[in-house]
Amino acid sequence: MKRRDLLKSLGLSSLGLVGLSPQVQAAENILYSGPDKKKKKQPWEPYGRTEDEEAYNAKLLVEQFFNPKEMETLGVFVDIIIPKDQHSGSATDAGVPDFIEFMAKDRPNLQTPLRGGLHWIDSQATKRFGQVFTKCSDAQRLEIVEDIAYPNRKNPGMSQGVAFFSLMRNLTASGFWSSQMGLADMGYQGNTPNQWDGVPEEVLKQYGLDKE
Amino acid sequence: MRDIQFKATPTTYDVIIVGSGAGGGMAAYELSKAGAKVLVLEAGQHYDPADPKYITQMKWPWQSPRRGASTRFRPFGDFDAAYGGWDIDGEPYTTAPGTEFKWFRSRMLGGRTNHWGRISLRFGPDDFRRKSIDGLGEDWPIGYDDVKPFYDEVDSLLGVFGSNEGLPNDPDGIFLPAPKPRLHEHLLKKHNKNLGITTIPSRLSILTKPINEERGSCFYCSQCNRACMAYADFSSSSCLIKPALKTGNLDVINYAMVREVLTDAKTGLCTGVSYVDTQTMEEKTVRGSIVVLAASACETSRLLLNSKSPRFPEGLANSSGVVGKYLHDSTGASRSAIIPMLFDRKRYNEDGVGGLHVYSPWWLDNKKLDFPRGYHIEYWGGMGMPAYGFGWGIENINGMFPDRSGNPREAGGYGTALKDDYRRFYGAYVGMAGRGEAIAREDNYCEIDPEKVDKFGIPVLRFHYTHSDHERLQAKHMHDTFEQIIHEMGGIPLSDKPGADRDYGLNAPGEIIHEVGTARMGNDPKRSALNKYQQAHDVKNLFVVDAAPFPLTGR
Repeated sequence: MKRRDLLKSLGLSSLGLVGLSPQVQAAENILYSGPDKKKKKQPWEPYGRTEDEEAYNAKLLVEQFFNPKEMETLGVFVDIIIPKDQHSGSATDAGVPDFIEFMAKDRPNLQTPLRGGLHWIDSQATKRFGQVFTKCSDAQRLEIVEDIAYPNRKNPGMSQGVAFFSLMRNLTASGFWSSQMGLADMGYQGNTPNQWDGVPEEVLKQYGLDKE
Repeated sequence: MRDIQFKATPTTYDVIIVGSGAGGGMAAYELSKAGAKVLVLEAGQHYDPADPKYITQMKWPWQSPRRGASTRFRPFGDFDAAYGGWDIDGEPYTTAPGTEFKWFRSRMLGGRTNHWGRISLRFGPDDFRRKSIDGLGEDWPIGYDDVKPFYDEVDSLLGVFGSNEGLPNDPDGIFLPAPKPRLHEHLLKKHNKNLGITTIPSRLSILTKPINEERGSCFYCSQCNRACMAYADFSSSSCLIKPALKTGNLDVINYAMVREVLTDAKTGLCTGVSYVDTQTMEEKTVRGSIVVLAASACETSRLLLNSKSPRFPEGLANSSGVVGKYLHDSTGASRSAIIPMLFDRKRYNEDGVGGLHVYSPWWLDNKKLDFPRGYHIEYWGGMGMPAYGFGWGIENINGMFPDRSGNPREAGGYGTALKDDYRRFYGAYVGMAGRGEAIAREDNYCEIDPEKVDKFGIPVLRFHYTHSDHERLQAKHMHDTFEQIIHEMGGIPLSDKPGADRDYGLNAPGEIIHEVGTARMGNDPKRSALNKYQQAHDVKNLFVVDAAPFPLTGR
């Protein structure tokens, strides 16, 4: 957003705005804090951390929880949960495996369910098809997934897999929909200065609320 | 290990204030404007939501590596403007066996006002005389007419939006214009009307219009809990401490963890306070003619109880023995639901102000109910910004509804159909939370733990707190009401109704962060710690201006 447009949406014209410095200062800060698309390599931009938080985040960043093989399985798995479609890319396109890797370090109680779940999947694949999940064909992978993706089916011997799948589904959704790609797909239009003037008239009409 | 040094500053202040939150900030503002030389001691760090190094407002979820999830450092999420929480490293507290209390502390300039929901309700006339009405708790030594002029002044000084409704115990104010309802709030208004549940514009201290040169007005990002860089929401640090500093009469010392209030053995008057510099671990003292405690209800009672001397063997201002007692937090229970009518909503920016645009003040008559007092209902919903937790638990929801073609759907799943479910359900959730009045009891209290100290060597608090049926039955009523509202809206509750085995979903004490009562005010020095001016009965130059003096929480 341009400074001029931003000031306008903050309720100021681009002329004669000198009086209200907090509003202008806010506009400068919003421009300053917007995502910088050029700096791609930096894992995250500053976002108001305290010293303790800065140190904690930095410590997590250098640690690695999943090994490369686990990361590969994770990638295949999250793309089965949220694949590319006509509206947006897949979970890996949105960086979900890296997000799950970070969460596993941030919330150590996720570590055993996640690592154990990935190995549970591999043991299923080995039992059924004689090879690990990532080496299986698409059809073979889906055969396992079909057995654990529907909690109400109560397939014998699959309950641990069902629990793992539910955890993965929820983490994948969190990671995907909170990404830049996910927000755009969802059509989220906020987090931008504006003047709220109520629900659009046509929406009120749609729900029969225009006469209320 | 560092040497512990004792240092005294040469200055004697007119007033020393412990704590920079709502109470301490207002005291500092009024006194420094009136010309007094004032010192504020704050245990936490500096904070200014307009300084880029602290800003979390307007950040995108992906700017946090955990996408806004909570941490030990920020229990309300990675962008929330509260440094601290229920669990602070090196600052423990204990609870007596069989009891429970969770103690939230913000360690920063402005304290908990930085992240608070900005809900700014007045006590009504009946709230000051509840004991006279229902025989429970204690009446205040003051009445609504005593505080009304101050409420009016605060409305004008700090800015509160709302609407004048002429309700008997939810007094009108001097309000800025309230924002229009969001879609789910329109629906709540309509359906609550059918149920006879009063639903009116909320009353929040957010500037929907500019009120002075120092503060901007709301630009509707819905993020007051991250604190506003335009100072369009009220916080003590931005709206009271900052202008007070401009008078030149106020000094603020950060990282100052107060150990005790010092008194003169002969006169029994306060002479100042001692504190630990949390950065250097040095012990320091400051001198003042008047000491004002505003450290939050429990921290203030801890300070009083730790300020023992031969003259005050039970702690300062505690000849009545009430300090630490009558601790109570608001009751709380909540429920959420999905509203099929709202599937596949048209997208638009529905952020609005931070928090609810409508709420339900208490609307019933207790004479017909099995519990005393009452509660208000807060609502949430709308097309908010996705973050950590978005879509969590969809396997419990998506099997309940046929797809767009009317075919049955199986719970859980994966792939493009699942991906589309998230889009379909976006903005179709509503939530409601009751916040009500607990009954103050002598046997709900905090005291000094006989064994434990914090990392500064200051003895810590031990809590004794249990709910009674007054609170449990109120929570039960909340859930009955929530279900009525949800069903009236054609919604489906997202969890089972909690039964007696779970205290009807009542939040644990302390979780609502409205704790009050631990140095209550009253006319009888044998039954209260403070008089009607919040001045200690026992120590004339000691005042308490946080919520410790409140005989009740209100609703």
